[in-house]
Amino acid sequence: MYSQGLIGANTETQETPEFLAAFQARIDAEEKIEPNDPMPAAYRKTLIRMISQHAHSEIVGMLPEGNWITRAPTLRRKVALLAKVQDEGGHGLYLYSAAETLGVSREQLTQELLTGKAKYSSIFNYPTPTWADIGAIGWLVDGAAIMNQVPLCRCSYGPYARAMIRVCKEESFHQRQGYELMTSLAEGTEEQKAMAQDALNRWWWPSLMMFGPSDSDSQHSDQSMAWKIKRFTNDELRQKFVDATVPQAELIGLSMPDEKLTWNESKNNGQGGYDFGEIDWDEFWQVVKGHGMMNKDRINAKRKAWDDGAWVRQAALAHAEKQNQRKAAA
Amino acid sequence: MTEHKDHLKVALLQVADDHLILGHRLSEWCGHAPMLEEDLSMPNMALDLIGQARHLYTYAAELEGLQRSEDDLAYLRTDREYTNCLLVERGNIDFAHTMLKQLYFAAYMKPFWQFVEGCSDNTLSAIAGKAVKEISYHIRHAGEWVIRLGDGTDESAERMHLAVETLHPYTEELFWIDEHRKICIDAGLLPAADVVRPQWDATISAVFEQAKLAIPEVTYPLLGGREGKHTEAFGYLLAELQYMQRAYPGAQW
Amino acid sequence: MSDEKMIPLWEVFIRPRNGLNHKHVGSLHAADGELALQAARDVYTRREEGNSIWVVRAEDILASDPDKSAENFDPAADKIYRHPSFYDIPDEVGHM
Repeated sequence: MYSQGLIGANTETQETPEFLAAFQARIDAEEKIEPNDPMPAAYRKTLIRMISQHAHSEIVGMLPEGNWITRAPTLRRKVALLAKVQDEGGHGLYLYSAAETLGVSREQLTQELLTGKAKYSSIFNYPTPTWADIGAIGWLVDGAAIMNQVPLCRCSYGPYARAMIRVCKEESFHQRQGYELMTSLAEGTEEQKAMAQDALNRWWWPSLMMFGPSDSDSQHSDQSMAWKIKRFTNDELRQKFVDATVPQAELIGLSMPDEKLTWNESKNNGQGGYDFGEIDWDEFWQVVKGHGMMNKDRINAKRKAWDDGAWVRQAALAHAEKQNQRKAAA
Repeated sequence: MTEHKDHLKVALLQVADDHLILGHRLSEWCGHAPMLEEDLSMPNMALDLIGQARHLYTYAAELEGLQRSEDDLAYLRTDREYTNCLLVERGNIDFAHTMLKQLYFAAYMKPFWQFVEGCSDNTLSAIAGKAVKEISYHIRHAGEWVIRLGDGTDESAERMHLAVETLHPYTEELFWIDEHRKICIDAGLLPAADVVRPQWDATISAVFEQAKLAIPEVTYPLLGGREGKHTEAFGYLLAELQYMQRAYPGAQW
Repeated sequence: MSDEKMIPLWEVFIRPRNGLNHKHVGSLHAADGELALQAARDVYTRREEGNSIWVVRAEDILASDPDKSAENFDPAADKIYRHPSFYDIPDEVGHM
C-alpha cells in the first residue's frame, strides 16, 4: 500500500458535474482507483470510514478470543487460537496501511478508537465466557466476516482490494478451525454439547446483525454500491450467510435459536432459501451506542495497552534519534 | 540409547516445561502489546516456544512408554511435577522484563540446540535443527529491543536496569545440572554447562554493551524450579493453563 | 498521549523466491530500519511468502504525478515498431 507521502498536493478535487461523471465512468469501467488518483472527497471519506472501522474491528476482535489463549484446553487448540488472534492483528495492520494511503495516519486512527469516537463491529462487545465461544466466533463471526469480505476483494479502491485479498487468503483457516472446534464439542459429552448449543444461542443473532441494518434503513449503502466499494447489500449478504450456515448447524446436531426459521422454496429466485425471524434492532443499536456488556472493557483494554506502551515507543524513537546523531557525528 | 531413556525423559521434561511456560507468559501479551507490530512479533515467538514444547512432550512421552500424550504432560501434572526454571514463570511486569526474559532464555537455548543438533539421537537432533533457527531469531528480536530500551529514554533505561536487577539472579538456574541431565551429558545427548555458558555470556555481554547495561554480580542465585519448587505466581498460571482439563476430566477437545 | 511523536511509516517489499522481483506487499510502522525489517518478517512472511525483504521509508519514495500520466505514458502507445509483431518475415523462417 502506498504511503501518505505519495498523496500529492493535488488531492483537492474540483467536484464539477463533469469531474464526478468522469470518475463514475472509471468506476463503471471497473478501473481501480489508486491513492494518488483524483477522487471525490466523499469517496475518500467513505473509504476512510469503512476501512478504519474494519481495521478497528480486527484489532478489538483480538480481545474476546485472546481471552481464551491461556486457557485453551489442548496444545493443538492453543497454537491454532494464538495464530488466529495474531492473524486478526495482522489484518488490522494491513487495513490501517490501506487507510493510511487516503491521508489519515495510524496515530489519528488509533486516537479515534481509544477516545471512543470510532466505530467497530459491535459483535466484539459481546463476552466470551466459555470455551465454546471460541468455536462460535470462528464459525459464525468469521463466517459472516468472510461473506462481507470476499466481495471487498473486488472493491474499486486498489489498496483496500489488495489488503482484502490478503485478508481473505489468511482468513480461510479461521472459519474451519471454529467449525471443527464446535464439531468436537457437539460430538463430545452432554456438558460439551450443551456448551456448544449455548454458545450458538448467544452468537447467532449478533452474527446476523454483523451485516448491518436492513437495506431500507442503511444510510450508506446506495452510494457505496454505485462506487463499487460494496458489491452486495446488507440484506443480500445476510441471506447468503443464513443459507450457508443453517445446514452446517444441522450437520453437527445443533439448532439455531429461531422458531421462525423455515425453508422457503420460492426464495433466491426460486433456488430456495431460509426465512428467518425478526432481528432485535433495538439490541443492535444499544450495543452500537456503547451500552453492550463489553464496550467499555474493550476500549479500556486497548487504552491501557497503548498508554502502558508509550514509554516503549518513545524509547525506540529516542534510540533511533541517538543512532542517527552518532552516524552523523562519525 | 535405552539405558538413558528414563534420564533423558526427565531432562527433556525440564526443557519442555521451560518452553511451555515461557510461551504461556508471552502469549498473555497478545492484543496488549506496546504497538501493533509487536502484537504480531510476540505471538510468533510464543508459537515457536509452544511448538517446541509439543515436540519435546511428545518425545518425552514416547521415551516414557506409558501412552501419555503431549496434553497429559502439559496439562495434567501437579505443580511440583513441573520442572521449568523459575526465570520463565516470572510475570511479564512490563515490556523490558519480558524482552530481557526472552533474551536470557534464547541466549541459553541457542548453543543448547546447536549441540543437540549434532547428537546421536535422531529425534532429538531433528527437533533441535528446527529450534535453532527459531531461537536465533528470538535472540535478535529480544536483543534489539533490550538495546533500544537500555539506550533509549531515561525511563526506559531505568526500567531496563530494574529488569536486569530483578531477573539476573534467576539465570543461574538455566545452567542447573542434576543427576539425570548429567547422565545425558555424559552420553553426548545434551550439552555440558561449559559448552553453553561461554556462548551465553558472549551473547548477553554483546547486547548489554550496546544497551549500556552492566551485568550484575549475583551473590545468591534463585533456584528451585528444576526441583518443582515454584514461585507464588505459578499456581495461578497453572490454574489458567489447566482450567479446562481439570473442570472437564477426560473430555476430548 | 496524542502529542506523542509519530513512529515512521515504511513500505515493505518481499521477494517470493529467487528469480523473481521484490514486490510491494504493504506497509508498517517502526522506529528504525532493523525494527522495520523484523516487523516485516513477523507481519508479512508468516506463511512462507518470501525469502528476502526490503523496507523503505515511505517518505523517501518519489511517485510520478497522476496529472502528468498522459504525457508520461501515452506517448509510448504508438511506437509499435518497438514490438516484434511490427516486422514481417517469411513464414518459412519459423519462430524468431
